[in-house]
Amino acid sequence: MERPVFDWELARESWPALFEGLKLTVELTFIVIAISLVLGVFVALARLSKHRSLRIVTGAYVDFMRATPLLLQLIYLYFVLPAFGIRLEPFIAAVVGLSLNYSAYLSEVYRSGIQAIPRGQLDAAAALGMSPALSMRRIVLPQAIRIVIPTLGNYFVALFKDTSLASALTLRELLFSGQIIITRTYDYFTIYTMVLFMYFLVGYPSLVFVRYLEKRARSGYRRRRPTRTPVPVQPT
Amino acid sequence: MIQLEEIHKSFGDTHVLRGVSLSIERGEVVCIIGPSGSGKSTLLRCVNYLEQPEKGRILIDGQNVYRDVVGGKIKNYPMRQITATRQKVGMVFQQFNLFPHLSALQNVMEAPVQVKRMKRADAEHKARSLLADVGLADKADQYPEELSGGQQQRVAIARALAMEPDVMLFDEATSALDPELVGEVLEIMRQLAVEGMTMVVVTHEMGFARQVADRVIFMDHGMIVEEGPPQAIFETPREERTRDFLRLVQAA
Repeated sequence: MERPVFDWELARESWPALFEGLKLTVELTFIVIAISLVLGVFVALARLSKHRSLRIVTGAYVDFMRATPLLLQLIYLYFVLPAFGIRLEPFIAAVVGLSLNYSAYLSEVYRSGIQAIPRGQLDAAAALGMSPALSMRRIVLPQAIRIVIPTLGNYFVALFKDTSLASALTLRELLFSGQIIITRTYDYFTIYTMVLFMYFLVGYPSLVFVRYLEKRARSGYRRRRPTRTPVPVQPT
Repeated sequence: MIQLEEIHKSFGDTHVLRGVSLSIERGEVVCIIGPSGSGKSTLLRCVNYLEQPEKGRILIDGQNVYRDVVGGKIKNYPMRQITATRQKVGMVFQQFNLFPHLSALQNVMEAPVQVKRMKRADAEHKARSLLADVGLADKADQYPEELSGGQQQRVAIARALAMEPDVMLFDEATSALDPELVGEVLEIMRQLAVEGMTMVVVTHEMGFARQVADRVIFMDHGMIVEEGPPQAIFETPREERTRDFLRLVQAA
């Protein structure tokens, strides 16, 4: 068997199409981040609600999302729902599927953050006359979110990679854009190497940023800038 | 002003309060002493309904404030009414429980702005003046973890006072402090008492109870064993258990 050779000519030709794919991948990632960041909070709150039925419904949703493969969830949305008259564009199906899945995971992250807030915080808020909703919004959530920021960051790096599953829905994100070129050229080595490299190009800086967030999260609550101490007047 | 009648509270199998009745007059300073596990903190937490007793009535100015008995069953009042009552009852905790994500100033402003809907400027003005009262005018912009325990507890007192409560509850407010920081907090509490604040103080500081209290209550095993003016409790306790307890704490 011949040793594969990196085809620079093909690489140059393919770059614009692959770059379009990368742009769609990043766009998809950010849209799903925005949706699941918000939806995840509400799912977490519902799971901690005092209403039993709300807890059961959201609990079942989260467990279902976590117990079945994401790829299959996407496939189901795109290939099975049309049989029931619900036809989704690949991009919409990807956004819906990834958002439902990641909201479930993020709700668990938020929930652990909320439960990590000491009871004394709730006591203090209640003693000041805050309602449970107000103390959740003003006292618990701001602290809980801060605790889980690094974990959220890690999930978003994972999401960035998981968007490649949308290639199964013929969405022209980065991976599928590569596959399209391959069906024409059969040059697996050159194209997949490029695709790999392009994921890394975005994924690695994201990872470094998450590491920075982790480091910052450990530093606690302090004034951003230390107040300047007045310079003592020198005796002349 | 405050009446607790026949309060019973259990945690699992432990009967923490066994029918405690207590009445506090406006302007009175009542200190509750007793060994740990005697139920004194739990009793205090019933006053603002942080603990919900299984049995008994909690009255403020002669009115049920948290719940009523309807058809033989205890029914909580709506949350809005419970929170309205809590606004009038300030509380200071052993572990301070300041909000770590807010500066000292924001801690004090938070409830007036969010609960009472006070204008930010007014709330800030009031908060600064309260922080000055507890000697922390220059610490307004610092975060709780940048402050010593004594400073944190003084911020917590200012935070409770910002709601202009009718009564202040102190739950072992100095127990978590390093010994050298206890005095600064007790001094603020003594000032409050002098200014006529109604106070219910659960404490291990016998010196404070003796000097500041109008009445001292000794609790043990979920019951009030003995109560009276500090002079009587500390000099001529009638009950054996009171004498034993005082001997133990004063030996320390």
